[in-house]
Amino acid sequence: MTTPPLKAGSRLERVLRNGRFAVTAELNPPDSADPVDVYKAALVLSEVCDAINAVDASGANCHMSSVAICALLTRAGYEPVYQVACRDRNRIAIQGDLLGAAAMGVKNLLCITGDDVTNGDQPEAKRVFDLDAIQLLHTARAMRDQGVFLSGRKLTTPPRLFLGAAANPFAPPFDWRPERLAKKIAAGADFIQTQYCFDVARLRAYMQRVRDLGLHEKAFILVGVGPLRSDKAAEFMRRKVPGVVIPDEIVERLRQTPKVRQREEGKQICVEIIQQVREIEGVAGVHLMAYRQEALVAEIVQAAGLLPRPRGKAVQVRPRTAVI
Amino acid sequence: MLRFLQNYPHFLELVYAGLLRVLRPFRRWLRPGGRLEPPLIWLEKVGKGAVFDCRMCGQCILHSTGMTCPMTCPKNLRNGPCGGVRPNGHCEVKPEMRCIWVQAYERAQKMPVSGHELRVIQPPLNRRLEGSASWINMLHGVDTAVPQGWLPDDHPAP
Repeated sequence: MTTPPLKAGSRLERVLRNGRFAVTAELNPPDSADPVDVYKAALVLSEVCDAINAVDASGANCHMSSVAICALLTRAGYEPVYQVACRDRNRIAIQGDLLGAAAMGVKNLLCITGDDVTNGDQPEAKRVFDLDAIQLLHTARAMRDQGVFLSGRKLTTPPRLFLGAAANPFAPPFDWRPERLAKKIAAGADFIQTQYCFDVARLRAYMQRVRDLGLHEKAFILVGVGPLRSDKAAEFMRRKVPGVVIPDEIVERLRQTPKVRQREEGKQICVEIIQQVREIEGVAGVHLMAYRQEALVAEIVQAAGLLPRPRGKAVQVRPRTAVI
Repeated sequence: MLRFLQNYPHFLELVYAGLLRVLRPFRRWLRPGGRLEPPLIWLEKVGKGAVFDCRMCGQCILHSTGMTCPMTCPKNLRNGPCGGVRPNGHCEVKPEMRCIWVQAYERAQKMPVSGHELRVIQPPLNRRLEGSASWINMLHGVDTAVPQGWLPDDHPAP
């Protein structure tokens, strides 16, 4: 069997194609104009993950832009996943940014719809949603594979991007979620990063359906995980962060832990979830999200036995393991 | 009454298909920007407005979205629900409203003719058609025209 060519040649793509269990992590965007703030966070994450997600005003809160974070990261040799939310920019701005990002060395793109403006610190803002996540994926794929803008105008050099999409197996309508994933893959998704997983049973049922549809062979699925700092933080997250579902057992487990040990317990829960998720067929990796706790990410990745991360020669694609 | 109508999506999809058949012979007179467009716009506003809370996007895909208007989604999503749907099936943006995609999915199950079209990837909206008569656009294929770079799907969803 010959190896199909890499779509973007990013490290993340190589790791996944190589059949390694991938680790990505979210970088908390600074509220600052100082690049050092980005580098400080990246330094902690880079050794323990294969790619760093630069979030696009997550929760509709204003932070340093994701394209600028990506530019800083590629400049220093880090591998970013450029997140683009449809909430803030129309199709003209987004397509221009994709070219700009690719020119700066970005090779991974995550297309998301985005939390609504009403969640953020400036709820009076105008929401854009000119494209939705699926239309954005489709557009990005046409730019990469056909070398054209949405208008049909030719690109002289198309952007080489490994295309990602988000999925939330934990929000209704549950029966439809796997089919919606199919739609995203049909629109061009090469990899998937899911919302926080705290309900492994729900994920198992979802993955069963995903496997029935054969989707795990068409895209690499990375499950979102993250530590809960305390029972209060868990309560806050499930009440205020859209799409995050935390079962009562987990909140209860944290509540029964003494305050001083809650952080440790939250980390332990996260490690356990990673270990359970890893056993599910079709799960290709984990995506760590730890709000303002980058140092904890490193501890979790280590405790979950996911170190060392492959580098250099280790991430060359070998023909026998190439799936997609 | 409206809820009643909306809960019989199969009836609505038949009305929809029938309407198109009735209008087709009048294609010559029903032109985009023509003299008959304003009364049709009014008809759509009143009729579809009352039944579907129609937002006059001019590119009606009700039959592909479980006879539930996707433009009533606060994020205007046309390809399915976002990840923010609340555990009780309500909207992330408007907690008092049921997610329109949760409704669309339920209704599509009761639509033998076009329920499966929920799987079709919907192209980006043509914002220039906002406020025009979708019935006329439909007769002339204006509503299904896509940008040149929107290439046909080579891997359709299962």
